[in-house]
Amino acid sequence: MADAVLEIRNLTLALPAQADRPHAVSGIDLTIGAGETLCIVGESGSGKSMCAHAVMGLLPKGVRPESGEIRLGGRDLLKLGPAALRDVRGREVGMIFQEPMTSLNPLMRVADQIAETFEAHGLLSRAERLERAVTLLDEVGLPDPARIARAYPHELSGGQRQRVMIAAALALGPKLLIADEPTTALDVTTQAQILRLIDRLRHDHGTAVLFITHDFGVVAEIADRIAVLQQGLLVEEGAADAVLSAPRHDYTRRLLAAVPSLVPPRRPERAAGAPALAVQAVTKVYKPRGFLVKGRGVKAVDSVSFDIARGETLGLVGESGSGKSTVGRCCLRLVEPDEGTVRVGELAVTGLSVRALRPHRRRIQMVFQDPFASLNPRRKVGRIIAEGPIAQGVPRAKAEERARDLLSLVGLSAGAAERYPHEFSGGQRQRIGIARALALDPEVLVADEAVSALDVSVQAQILELLKDVQGKLGLAILFITHDLRVAAQICDRIAVMQRGAIVEMGPTEALFANPAHDYTRQLLAAVPGGRRLASIPAP
Amino acid sequence: MGLIRFLALRLGKGILVLFAIAVLNFLLVRAAPGDPAQVMAGEAGAADAVFLEQLRERFGLDRPLPEQLWVYIKGYSTLDLGFSYRQQRPVAEVIFERLPATLLLTGAAFGLSLVLGVVLGALAARRVGRASDSAITVAALIFYATPLFWIALMSQVVFSLKLGWLPNVGYETIGANLTGAARALDIGRHLVLPAVTLGLFFTALYARMMRASMLEVAGADFVKTAHAKGLSPAVVTRRHMARNAILPVVTLAGVQAGQLVGGAVLTETVFAWPGIGRLMYEALVQRDYSVLLGVFFISSAMVILFNLVTDLLYRVVDPRIEGGA
Repeated sequence: MADAVLEIRNLTLALPAQADRPHAVSGIDLTIGAGETLCIVGESGSGKSMCAHAVMGLLPKGVRPESGEIRLGGRDLLKLGPAALRDVRGREVGMIFQEPMTSLNPLMRVADQIAETFEAHGLLSRAERLERAVTLLDEVGLPDPARIARAYPHELSGGQRQRVMIAAALALGPKLLIADEPTTALDVTTQAQILRLIDRLRHDHGTAVLFITHDFGVVAEIADRIAVLQQGLLVEEGAADAVLSAPRHDYTRRLLAAVPSLVPPRRPERAAGAPALAVQAVTKVYKPRGFLVKGRGVKAVDSVSFDIARGETLGLVGESGSGKSTVGRCCLRLVEPDEGTVRVGELAVTGLSVRALRPHRRRIQMVFQDPFASLNPRRKVGRIIAEGPIAQGVPRAKAEERARDLLSLVGLSAGAAERYPHEFSGGQRQRIGIARALALDPEVLVADEAVSALDVSVQAQILELLKDVQGKLGLAILFITHDLRVAAQICDRIAVMQRGAIVEMGPTEALFANPAHDYTRQLLAAVPGGRRLASIPAP
Repeated sequence: MGLIRFLALRLGKGILVLFAIAVLNFLLVRAAPGDPAQVMAGEAGAADAVFLEQLRERFGLDRPLPEQLWVYIKGYSTLDLGFSYRQQRPVAEVIFERLPATLLLTGAAFGLSLVLGVVLGALAARRVGRASDSAITVAALIFYATPLFWIALMSQVVFSLKLGWLPNVGYETIGANLTGAARALDIGRHLVLPAVTLGLFFTALYARMMRASMLEVAGADFVKTAHAKGLSPAVVTRRHMARNAILPVVTLAGVQAGQLVGGAVLTETVFAWPGIGRLMYEALVQRDYSVLLGVFFISSAMVILFNLVTDLLYRVVDPRIEGGA
């Protein structure tokens, strides 16, 4: 390419000695031209973030470039000293990160954080910097930029904060913008807006964009060219359309096949039976607490009702803050609903005292989102799984034997019982989490974003496992998710939540084909890569 | 919530708590055996029952306990701290006479430990893993673990008796009749040992906390953002890391500030520093109830006041906090 902004030649990054492989990436060649978006795609541990950090000269301690060059505007960044590299950061390369909630300094006003980029490079006077900050906030599409300039980060939403980050990164008109999973932590509708913004800015300014992501939907939405990384190796690189429609490498094909399709599979008609879980007009209001303090409170859940039959999966979809997780927690009475009833089988869970509920707790169990935080790190896996049954009065030896059976049911070896959670990968831990929930022979399983933290290939396996277990045990599953692709594949019916209320509910196929509510249509339209990836047949 | 409302709520709560503390103090002091009449009679060497009764009647100690409590609470509600029969002076006068010396000592210790602790902690965090970090960490651990009175005695032995650099005890040189700058210097020289002794514990605490907090903040995403803007490491450390890392230190500083009045009993006793701490100790030995209760009350009021000041300060340094009362 004649006008290449960034050229990475034969880059090898060495990992510290105790790592699981010698190189974070090895022998990587990449080029990005002006105004072009290159997506680096890969699963966790593929080394995609390391590439981005190497360009910024911000590699974590212990990781060092072993060979190769990173050429930006004719200079090799790997050969620059610390001061020269600092001058490149912010001025020639801007970067935005994954977590908008923590990427801004909580103690500084928004305008000061943008003005800082100018200050770092000794540009403009203080008054001019603040003026430019307001102009930039306007350019990234924030309403009332003068007010937002004076705000602190905690007063802004995630999407607004990410716009502020983009404004700061683009302040000096850099030639290259590095975006490291910039929309992963955002809701779909916000994600779509941010992707459009990045795309517009690179058109307007001719900025080259290096976009790191694990999400093929996002790739399909924004990429001109795609580079696929597997375990530190560049396995495929090419124009976006070519890679998406005719992947050459096996790994790319597998990754693409693992992306859940937005087209729901045909499902057999279900015979109506008595519901395993019946939720009737459940309402939860969060009131401000405190001495002598009164307030109106926030209605997190507003008169939500649904039934789930044995062997059926109901998807509860919605954006963050819609109240979907609170509904899940109300079902288990982890959160105390203010009004309404929850029935598991014939038993009204909501009418019982906490003590009376305890023996019935086994009938409804939960699988949590974060496979890293939801298992006690100081307990062996066998003990974690057996703990529930033991608390319910099952003899220890019997409970531990059952734990080993369950481990094989979820696809782990019985030997796993003797190991600690940190010895397992994210996907394996989620299997343990499912085994833990199943140990109590529940009738109902609440899965709260159970696959959201996992890579697509692992996600597909866990979804397969849930379906398999459901088929064997006849479980009713309440599947809470923000991901419509996942919902399309696993749910028999879907309920869409917005601001605490269910706005639409129906069989998955019908709901995807003919969404009745405006909000449902918005959500479906915002799913990244909707059209471009829809052509790929489901595995 | 508005600032005025926050203040009104907190002050209201503070007064309730103070009232409860005052009642509790009264009952606690009376639970101890002996009374001022016995101590005075003992000192006079004439402990016959009639004399004791006379003393008790004069002090109002012959009245039933609830009545004494009522008189005490009534006095305190008009900010009258009572009368010390022992010293034949109003309690408020006795306390306020001693207050400057104590505030000088505890204030100096407070400033010293805060500045030194934060600087050392930040320094250790920047040089984590190196020799200077280890030196600071080990020193902090030693001073954190060593009892205050032992440090006081040893510093007297080394710096005063052996080396003769600094005066041993007292507030100023007695009989020197110094004035102006010369007197200030004299008091300053007397201040060094007790202030350092008193401040070392909190210096160690702040240093440890600041170090841990800096290391935690170093991994924060916004620090990465700051580096990505091209800021120099010094600016990133000062503006982004230190400002965030200091938040937990502020909480702890509020605890130390609460002890400004009542927290120096040991140090004042060892260094014969004429402050509130020693007054409290003397009053305790002499069963001088009214002085003892007065000191307790003022100390408690200071703790409540500085808790409030800390919370207000927190609202200034951390914009995320709006402060629930």
